[in-house]
Amino acid sequence: MDDLYREVIIEHYKNPAYRGHLDPHDYSFEDSNPLCGDHIEITLQISADGAVSDARFDGHGCAISQASADLLIESIIGKPLEDVRHLTKQDVLDLLGIELGPVRLKCALLSLKVLKAGVYGLGEASDSLVE
Amino acid sequence: MSLDIEHIRQDFPILKRELRPGVKLVYLDSTATAQKPASVIEAMDSFYRLSNANIHRGVHTLAEESTALYEQAREKIARFINAASPRQVIYTRNTTESLNLVAYTWARANLKPGDLVILTEMEHHSNLVPWHMLAAERGIRLEFIPVAENGLLDLDAYKKLLELGPKLVSFTHMSNVLGTINPAKEIIALAHAAGAVTMLDGAQSVPHFAVDVKALDVDFMAFSAHKMLGPTGIGALYGKTALLEAMPPFLGGGDMIKEVKLRSFRANDLPYKFEAGTPAIAEAVGFGAAVDYLNSVGMDNVAAHEHEITEYALERLEEIPGVKLFGPEAKFKGGVAAFTLDCAHPHDVAQILDGDGVAVRAGHHCAQPLHEKFGIPATSRASFYLYSTKEEVDRLVDGIYKVKKIFS
Ligand SMILES: Cc1ncc(COP(=O)(O)O)c(C=O)c1O
Repeated sequence: MDDLYREVIIEHYKNPAYRGHLDPHDYSFEDSNPLCGDHIEITLQISADGAVSDARFDGHGCAISQASADLLIESIIGKPLEDVRHLTKQDVLDLLGIELGPVRLKCALLSLKVLKAGVYGLGEASDSLVE
Repeated sequence: MSLDIEHIRQDFPILKRELRPGVKLVYLDSTATAQKPASVIEAMDSFYRLSNANIHRGVHTLAEESTALYEQAREKIARFINAASPRQVIYTRNTTESLNLVAYTWARANLKPGDLVILTEMEHHSNLVPWHMLAAERGIRLEFIPVAENGLLDLDAYKKLLELGPKLVSFTHMSNVLGTINPAKEIIALAHAAGAVTMLDGAQSVPHFAVDVKALDVDFMAFSAHKMLGPTGIGALYGKTALLEAMPPFLGGGDMIKEVKLRSFRANDLPYKFEAGTPAIAEAVGFGAAVDYLNSVGMDNVAAHEHEITEYALERLEEIPGVKLFGPEAKFKGGVAAFTLDCAHPHDVAQILDGDGVAVRAGHHCAQPLHEKFGIPATSRASFYLYSTKEEVDRLVDGIYKVKKIFS
C-alpha cells in the first residue's frame, strides 16, 4: 500500500505541472469514472507535423487518477499523434511504477481513456480503449 | 441490556481473519453488505448437504423437505417485520428487484401520463432509476422531498408536494449515506391522507432496528437479506394483500401459474404469482437463519449497540482537523458515518485505511444526486453493525491520522 503512495505520486497529485485548459485547442475530451466520480478533461494542441505541441488536463479525483493524468500529459508532449493513439494500459502503469488492483486500475486509466477517445474522435470513452 | 460483543464476534468467522500477517480485519462496511454468522453459513451448507431439491414440484422426501424449509423461512421473515401473513412476503433477488417489481407491475397498471410519484433527494439509485425509466416510458412526473443541510427531510416541503395529488410516495427508511432515519410513520400517514400509495425502501432499516409493517401501515416495503446477516441473491418485497392481489404478475414462467394453455395462462396465488422460475432456495434458508440470529440477539439490543458505537464514532471523527461529517446528529441517525477529509480524496483515504486492515467504502454509494446536493463528488463511509466495537472506531481514527501524514 505504501508503495501506492510513492512520493512521486503524491508530488504529481499535489503539484501537477500540467493542470489547466488550452484555448484554442485541436482536441478536447472529458469523462468521469462512474464508480467514484473522478473527472478528467484533456485539451491538446497539434503542430503542423502532427505532433502534440502542448497538452493539459483538468478535473478532480483521487491521487492515482490525477497523478496518472499529470504523468501521461508530460509523456505525450512532443510525441506524434500516431504514437498517442497507440498508447496502452501498460504505458500508464510504467509511468506510475506501481501495481494496481482492478478497482484502482480504473482510476489510473481514466486519463488514457479520455485521451484516446479524444484523439480517435469518439463520442464516448469506453473501457475497450484501454484494454 | 448491553450486548456481549466478544461473544457475538465469535459467531462471525470472517472477523477472525488477518488480511496480512499481523493486520486484523476491521470491517466497517456493513451498509454495503453485512458479514454472516456461522449459523447462516451452516444452514445453507446443511441444506445442500442434506435437503437439496427443487421446490413445489415432486413429492419425494427431499422435495418435501426443501419446500418446507423454503416456506418456513418465509414465515420467519413475515413474523420479523410483523406481516399479517407470509403470503405477503415475496422473495426477490434484493431490494433493487423488489422496488423494480412494484415499478413494473403496480405502477404500470396504475399510473397514467402526468401522474405524480414523490421520492426524496436522499434515495439510493435503486429507488430513482426505475422511476426515471417509467417517466421516460409513461410520462409520469417525479417530485422530490428536499434534504435540508442538517441531513433531515424537509417535511413542510413534503406537505406542499402532497397538495399536487401524488399517486405514490416511495422513500428510504434510512439513508445509506447520511444515516438519517426518516419519520416513516408520519410520512406514510400524510401520504395516505392525500390518497397516495406508499413504498418504503427498508434496505437499511430492517437490518438495524425493529420495523413493524402493520404499525407503519406501509403498502409496500423492500429489503435485502445480505444487509441483515443473510446471503446475497435473495431479498423480499412486502405488500398489502389487496394491492398484491390486484397487481399483474412480474416475470412469467414456472411456479407463477395455476394453469397454462398454449395461448394463455392463469396466474398463481400469492406469493407465487411473483416468483417465476426456480428461486434461490438455499439462500431463502440462509435468510431464515439470519432472521433467527437477529431475533436471538434482539433488534432493540442491536439498535442500542449501534447507537452507542455511532455516537462514539461521530465524537472521535469530529475531533480530527480536516474531517467533515455528513448527516444529522446521532439521535436522528443509524450506524453510518460519511465524511470527507480536506487533504485527500475518499478513494485515497479508503486505500490507505485498507493498508491497516480497515475496510470502509469510498465513492457516491449509489446516491449520486445526494452527493451533488452537498456539492461533493464522493465521501468515505464507515458503517457499523451489531459486531462493531469502539476499538475498531479507534483503528479507523488512527488510520485517518496516517492519511493526513502521507498527504500533508
Ligand atoms: C438505502 C438502500 N436502498 C437500496 C439498496 C440496494 O440494495 P441491493 O443492492 O441489495 O438491491 C441499498 C444498498 O446498497 C441501500 O443502502
